[in-house]
Amino acid sequence: MDGSIDNRSVGVVAPQVARFAEPVRLRCGAVIDEYELVFETYGTLNADRSNAILVCHALNASHHAAGQYADDPHNVGWWDNIIGPGKPVDTNRYFVIGVNNLGGCHGSTGPKSVNPRTGRPWGAQFPVVTVEDWVATQARLADHLGIRRFAAVMGGSLGAMQALAWTVMFPERVRHALVIACAPNLSAQNIAFNEVARQAIITDPDFHGGDYYEHGVTPKRGLRVARMVGHITYLSDDEMANKFGRQLKQGRPTYSFDTDFEIESYLRHQGNKFAEYFDANTYLRITKVLDYFDPALDHGGNLARALAPAQARFLVVSFTTDWRFSPDRSREIVTALLHNRHHVTYAEIDAPHGHDAFLLDDARYHRLVAAYLERVAGGIVA
Amino acid sequence: MSGGRTMDRPDYAAIAGWVRMDTRVLDLGCGDGSLLRYLQESRHVTGYGVEIDDDRVLACVKNGVNVIQGNLERGLSDFEDHSFDYVILSQTLQAVRNSERIVGEMLRVGREGIVTFPNFGYWKNRLQIAAGHMPVSENLPYQWFNTPNVHLCTIADFEDFCASRGIRVVERKVLTRGRPVTLWPNFFGALAVFHFGNGA
Repeated sequence: MDGSIDNRSVGVVAPQVARFAEPVRLRCGAVIDEYELVFETYGTLNADRSNAILVCHALNASHHAAGQYADDPHNVGWWDNIIGPGKPVDTNRYFVIGVNNLGGCHGSTGPKSVNPRTGRPWGAQFPVVTVEDWVATQARLADHLGIRRFAAVMGGSLGAMQALAWTVMFPERVRHALVIACAPNLSAQNIAFNEVARQAIITDPDFHGGDYYEHGVTPKRGLRVARMVGHITYLSDDEMANKFGRQLKQGRPTYSFDTDFEIESYLRHQGNKFAEYFDANTYLRITKVLDYFDPALDHGGNLARALAPAQARFLVVSFTTDWRFSPDRSREIVTALLHNRHHVTYAEIDAPHGHDAFLLDDARYHRLVAAYLERVAGGIVA
Repeated sequence: MSGGRTMDRPDYAAIAGWVRMDTRVLDLGCGDGSLLRYLQESRHVTGYGVEIDDDRVLACVKNGVNVIQGNLERGLSDFEDHSFDYVILSQTLQAVRNSERIVGEMLRVGREGIVTFPNFGYWKNRLQIAAGHMPVSENLPYQWFNTPNVHLCTIADFEDFCASRGIRVVERKVLTRGRPVTLWPNFFGALAVFHFGNGA
């Protein structure tokens, strides 16, 4: 079993950088004159360039979706359990692309990059980006790679929102969209959690209005709390109860503000880890990307009308215990697709893990994605 | 593979005979999607299946048909009025809790409905009841203690039901071992296939 897992890894991968000299006008009105996107690819692009799958990342992930780095073998891609030779997103068959989005902090142009106009880090000056801005810049990457039409665009959560946006922004460039653990927009509750996270960062004395780079500090306390809040929403109540329950670290209460409960320890660990590598300005912007996503907004709140232009076939997947983006939210997408008579398959996976389920190795979920993509492959002209 | 299954399901051919080319079909309780696939291939229909079971949803994906995972008992609220030419309920009517409601939903969502169900009035069933047992026969393969069927009816019952609710029966086929039955269908017929629409 273990041996076969190794055989099914894409192995050692290396990021690449694409440089774009043509300015991009963002939804907020700001213009970025030039930018770089860092990306990785797995598998081989076929002769007619028809086997490409774009994998869009969610809140904190990156272009590093699969495989590992030669100099850092423990840094395994965030969706390695689904991407690889013989895996559901089969790299023997598909050319898979992971890209770090604009405004990110994993190598693509973002708040910590140097603004060529000032020669200093963008910091607070980096504009608020949107899902649509990401898709527009991903499309330029596709042009750069010579990919006219994707076999599929896929993602979970915020990644799924990008897949959905792709189908209406570039209908003719997407054959299939895999929209996993998605929502057509954020609920007030979702936005509320994001705002708590942002306030934690913004009110950290080390934030310096977003220009903390010049002060040689990072608002780690804020980032920690932001990540802790996020983590609460990714897990289901049941999953948290199963994993941690009311277990005490020392076996008995200490009547102090140390980490008594296992769940406290877990959240602090996640927060600390995150604050070490993630950029606070990026986090602020990505939570805003989520908050502003609402494709129906430009169509009088009518999601069906928003999705009307899509030509793709859809696989929509939700998870029963996901309370952040519940199955009902996915069903809104499905209903809108049905209204337009678009091709759609919808599956509701009975998984205990909450929103995080889309990242986990659930057999029913992975079998479904594998079967769907096998069907997609059947439609590729070799 | 779907051909083999179709041979096992004589109601498929009966249904396909009624479905016009290039129409829109909703198949409720679509199982592994083989009927939809058969209709896609033979009648060029488009549409969706609805299925609750994980394994069958997966089988639909493998069969290349669109499937929406959901519970028929909760109604068809995802589907708009008159959005399909045909709504099919194949060998499922007897297994839904609210049969009356589902037939109503079929005619809300579709212009016409097609149902197939095992005829409880089939002579083999009558004989077993007469002998004091719940019937087990080719279209009713379950024992009383493990059957999914909760609303069994006879051909005569279904016709009365349609008449009392203003449902117009367009066509009817009655089959036993895949062969059409014309003589005393409510007695000699094992499987009923009804094609119906709104209004008398």
